[in-house]
Amino acid sequence: MPEILLDPLVLIIAGVAVGTYALRLGGLLLADRLPRKGAIAAGLERLPGIVLLALVVPAVTDLGLLGIVAATATAAAAILSRSPLLAMVVGAGVVAGARALGWG
Amino acid sequence: MRFRDSFSPASLWQGARDNLGIGVAVSGYGAVFGVLVAGKGISLAAMEAMNLFIFAGASQFIMVEMWHPRAVAAEIILAALIVNLRYMLIGASLRPLFLGRPFAHKAAGMHLVADENWAVTMNAHARDPDALSPGHLLGGGLCLAAFWHASSIAGHALGGVLPAPEVLGLDFAFTAVFLALAIGLWKGRGDVLPWLVTGVTAWAAAALLPGKWYVLIAAVAGFAVTVALHARRRSLEECRADA
Repeated sequence: MPEILLDPLVLIIAGVAVGTYALRLGGLLLADRLPRKGAIAAGLERLPGIVLLALVVPAVTDLGLLGIVAATATAAAAILSRSPLLAMVVGAGVVAGARALGWG
Repeated sequence: MRFRDSFSPASLWQGARDNLGIGVAVSGYGAVFGVLVAGKGISLAAMEAMNLFIFAGASQFIMVEMWHPRAVAAEIILAALIVNLRYMLIGASLRPLFLGRPFAHKAAGMHLVADENWAVTMNAHARDPDALSPGHLLGGGLCLAAFWHASSIAGHALGGVLPAPEVLGLDFAFTAVFLALAIGLWKGRGDVLPWLVTGVTAWAAAALLPGKWYVLIAAVAGFAVTVALHARRRSLEECRADA
């Protein structure tokens, strides 16, 4: 087998690509059969937010107090501006600024 | 029905024009994505493979964040696909736009569906349902893709020149984007308990287990609490209706 097919990154990209396209087209083709109401539908609808939060929490606590300060600033910027891009600049800026001052 | 009936040049062009503004905003992420990809030592070719074949920003950020030469492929694929589960709901919501069109048109029209062009097309569709074809959606996707490719390639090139990611706080950039996106998905007070359970589970699992298993474990916990809460609310409502 060519070596490139054994590269885990190639495998990961192929897996996510096939899966994501299947979700996009599958949702359209199965539109009539997906649950639109009920507890399972409510859970599916909220799953992306839950996964993102699961990624965020350990990354914040790993940075200790600096992480909590930066996360609070990020959340405030996100709520006030409704722009994830601006919130990212604020969050990364707080961390970079604190490090430049010798904290964290 | 011919291909041109679904994807006429005029509809593609209109969709591209309607997505120009949001495309500029997407470039900001694209540039940061490119910088982070370079910082992880991932090649330009691999990044372009992601951009071409996956074309889903949040999941691409997650893949790059979780990537490590000795990473477990299944963990990363699962985490990225869970975040992309919403595309199933987005796909289902596009049924009226593709109604009565052949399978080939559906297959061609869905790959470049992202949150942004979906929102723009659904908005236009709500205003004037008869005027719109899948070409508007695909034109928007092509416009966003052009911005995404150009900006991430520029970011990747820049990544080699910038100082260490930590100096610029870029190691926190992933976390900040995910947090802001999560806040955008907040649906009100009903989410307090599921989010609390998700957060505490993620924290505890990250402290106790190796690798990235905490993502999946916390997602399962949060999903279970959400479903249980909604099932309980439903049965309470039925009790009240009976009384």
